[in-house]
Amino acid sequence: MASDPIIEFVDVHKWYGSFHVLRAINLAVGRGERIVVCGPSGSGKSTLIRCVNRLEEHQRGLIRVDGVELTRDLKSVDEVRREVGMVFQSFNLFPHLTVLENCALAPLWVRKTPKREAEALAMKFLERVKIPEQAFKYPGQLSGGQQQRVAIARALCMNPKIMLFDEPTSALDPEMVKEVLDAMTELAEEGMTMVVVTHEMGFARNVADRVAFMDQGEIVEINAPNEFFARPQHERTKAFLGQILR
Amino acid sequence: MAAVAYVRNAPGPILPPPLARRGAIGWLRANLFSSRWSSAVTLLLLAFCLWTLPDLIAWATTRAVWRASDGALCRAHQDGACWAFVADKLDYFRYGSYPQAERWRVDVVEGIGAVLIVWLLWPGAPRRGFGAILFFVVYPVVGFVLLRGAESLRLPLVDTQLWGGIFVSLLTALVGIVFSLPLGVLLALGRRSRLPIVKAASVMFIEGVRGVPFIAVLYMAENMLPLFLPPGWIPDRFIPPLVGAALFAAAYLAEEVRGGLQALPRGQYEGAMALGLSYWRLMGLVILPQALTLVIPGLVNNFIGLFKDTTLVASVGMVDFLAAIDNGLKDAVWSGPTLLTTGYAFAAAFYFVFCYAMSRYSAAIERRLALGRRQ
Repeated sequence: MASDPIIEFVDVHKWYGSFHVLRAINLAVGRGERIVVCGPSGSGKSTLIRCVNRLEEHQRGLIRVDGVELTRDLKSVDEVRREVGMVFQSFNLFPHLTVLENCALAPLWVRKTPKREAEALAMKFLERVKIPEQAFKYPGQLSGGQQQRVAIARALCMNPKIMLFDEPTSALDPEMVKEVLDAMTELAEEGMTMVVVTHEMGFARNVADRVAFMDQGEIVEINAPNEFFARPQHERTKAFLGQILR
Repeated sequence: MAAVAYVRNAPGPILPPPLARRGAIGWLRANLFSSRWSSAVTLLLLAFCLWTLPDLIAWATTRAVWRASDGALCRAHQDGACWAFVADKLDYFRYGSYPQAERWRVDVVEGIGAVLIVWLLWPGAPRRGFGAILFFVVYPVVGFVLLRGAESLRLPLVDTQLWGGIFVSLLTALVGIVFSLPLGVLLALGRRSRLPIVKAASVMFIEGVRGVPFIAVLYMAENMLPLFLPPGWIPDRFIPPLVGAALFAAAYLAEEVRGGLQALPRGQYEGAMALGLSYWRLMGLVILPQALTLVIPGLVNNFIGLFKDTTLVASVGMVDFLAAIDNGLKDAVWSGPTLLTTGYAFAAAFYFVFCYAMSRYSAAIERRLALGRRQ
């Protein structure tokens, strides 16, 4: 277990109306740690990571990110969002802005970086995800894999301490999954703290420090990948792995 | 390999399409005579045009009276338009009762306005930000001082009672458009706000104004605004109708803009929030640029409606273009049966030119934007 956690969930509950979507979540993510969250659809894994930057509000319990507790106070939310990058299943790039403008937007307006520097920063990260040549195109002119890599670069431009990935490859055509996973693997090698919701078990095996399995709003099991895949403890985990690792 | 008789081994020459598919004949076939039904409609409409147009054109040109100093000649030629009347009254139609010696001031204000509007609407124009400041900050002040007058600048005061004609129509429409758009955007955002009071106030305003005819809003602005404000706060009776027009248009624009806001996927909001953009940045940089683009046709539709609705300000005593024509018709020197049709034909042409220009401009902008973000 992490001694100096950067993300902490303590007995977190969340309801959508009467639907109990998160039940008693306790989780600590250490600095530089990579956690993969998997589980059947509707198990609450997306809700869990969306609570980290308060795209979803929790109703009970405590969430602390890099020492800041997430409350109704908008200042704490803004503070956390500045330090937490997020990559979505559906990319969520801004179609009216070029790739470069997408990446430079937040440094420019949230960090108040001068325009020239913000654009240099954007180019730097576009080079890291290997698409600098697309900088002046609009997102609609790019393939899904390229768009997702732009989304990763856009999040990195804020120099986040934590990166959240919400099923980053599940909207992609199969031949584009690899380029996105490669970019994520590279990021992990640089020591970024990452929480990844994904069904890519190969990625989990190779990159994750721990793998968590969620079902019906609970973290059923969390373990190092070797143990997790070789000796799952719970029946539900076994059933799930049996279904996806055929 | 044995040659197979049915397989070509060299590309054939590229032949031009048959004659009947090209040029004027091809166009006619494709667009006007593509089917029996289409041909019938084409012929029917052609017949209708042949039946009505020559007479209309002759009425407006060959049979019209172009030059006369009073109505006598027009009364003698009742089968043609009386353009002489329009020519004689043109200054009145343009300026109303604005003193003749000072009319250059109206010309200057109109000229500056036209230059600034072209500057702002021209997609590739340089330094549009600077132009916007001139237009939204400097121009209203300069325009007001010039039109109203200022003793300190040796510009004699011209009471708004004397203002009238085309420039009043343009002024009302411009003030309405310029103030209603930002207000409409704020109302749309307010209606989707999570703050209950803001939301309730926006909904009440929008539904309240939309549920009342424009004329009623004008009467209310004319009679009720003075009741709400301390005495002396309303500098001129010219102001309430302008406020009324802007408020009325804002309520409609708000609903138009709300449609655009709702059409955007939630991911756009989430993507921007996850980057740490504050509410106003999120709206101003990410959501509104997309939402407003989506609703350009509706916005322009509203602007066109507002431009034509400005004729209603005549009902609270302002002499707009249409009211100026009505006043001109009362002139005993020019009485005659053809004047009414001529005057209104002129008004129709005037309104059509402006509205059609707005419609064409919005269509061009839409095409341009569609090109920029093609999927």
